Amino acid sequence: MPVLARLIEEAGIATVIVTMMPDTAEKFRLARIVGVPFPFGHAFGMPHDRAMQRAVAEAAVRVLGEATAPETRVDLDITWPVDDRTAYRDWQPSEPSPIVGYNLERGRAGNA
Amino acid sequence: MAVDSYRYLPRSFREGYEALPLQAETPVWAPLGVPVEQASIALMTSAGLFLKDEQPPFDTEREIANPLWGDPTYRVIPGDVRQEQIGAAHLHLNTRDFFEDFNVALALRAFGELQTKGRIGQLADEHYSFMGYQERTVAEWREHYGPEVARRLKDAGVHALVLAPA
Repeated sequence: MPVLARLIEEAGIATVIVTMMPDTAEKFRLARIVGVPFPFGHAFGMPHDRAMQRAVAEAAVRVLGEATAPETRVDLDITWPVDDRTAYRDWQPSEPSPIVGYNLERGRAGNA
Repeated sequence: MAVDSYRYLPRSFREGYEALPLQAETPVWAPLGVPVEQASIALMTSAGLFLKDEQPPFDTEREIANPLWGDPTYRVIPGDVRQEQIGAAHLHLNTRDFFEDFNVALALRAFGELQTKGRIGQLADEHYSFMGYQERTVAEWREHYGPEVARRLKDAGVHALVLAPA
C-alpha cells in the first residue's frame, strides 16, 4: 500500500498512511505516517470502540493539517486491550494463507 | 513511544521486513492546498472489503491456484455504506471483525463524526478497497489501478486520501 500512497501523492493529492508497520512505511519515504500499535486488520482500533477509532482518525486529520514537510511520522500511544498472545492469534486466518502453504511445500521439497 | 512495527508479525517474516532496503530515493510531497477544515477526504483500505450484493469478491480462488498472485483490482465503497452490505475476501487475515464492524479498517463513521464537528470539510462520496496481498512487483497497482484511483480522486475534487493497510 505504500506504493499506492506514493503514486497518489505524486499525482498531487495529499496522503497520510495509518499503519501498524510504520518502520516499513518509512522505507518508502512517504509524506505522512501515523503509526498505530494495533494487530493487523485493525488500523483504526477495536470493533465498536468509537472513541478509539475517532482518536486514530483525529490523529490522521491532525497530521494532514499540520505536517509541513515529507516524512512526517507520528506514533500513537494507545493500549490494545487484549494480551499480545491472544491478539497475535486472533488476527490470523483460521487456515494458513496459500503462500504459507506454498513455502512449506518448497521447504519440504528442498529438504527431501 | 515508537510503535513496534513487528509486535504482531510472525517471527519468520521479521527479518525480511527489517532488512528491506530503502524503496525510494526521494520523498514524495503534495501540500494539502486548503485548510484541513475545508478538505474533502477519501479513505482507502487493503482489507479486501466489497459490497457483497453488488460487487464480485476479490479472486481468492485464483490465489489458491497460484499463491504468488494476489487480486490487484479494487472496489468502490460508498460513504453511506451499511454494515450489512459489507463482504470481505482476504486469505491473510481473520476477517471476522470486518463483519462485526468494518470501521476497524475503513473508518467511515469516525471521519463522518469529524465532518459533523467541522474538523474536516467533507467525507468524499467514494472510498476504495483493495486486497493487500500482491505479487512482489506490484506492477498492476503501479501501472494500472493506482493511476486509475488517482484520476478518480482528482475528478471528484478530493484533497486528501487516508490509506489504512490491513
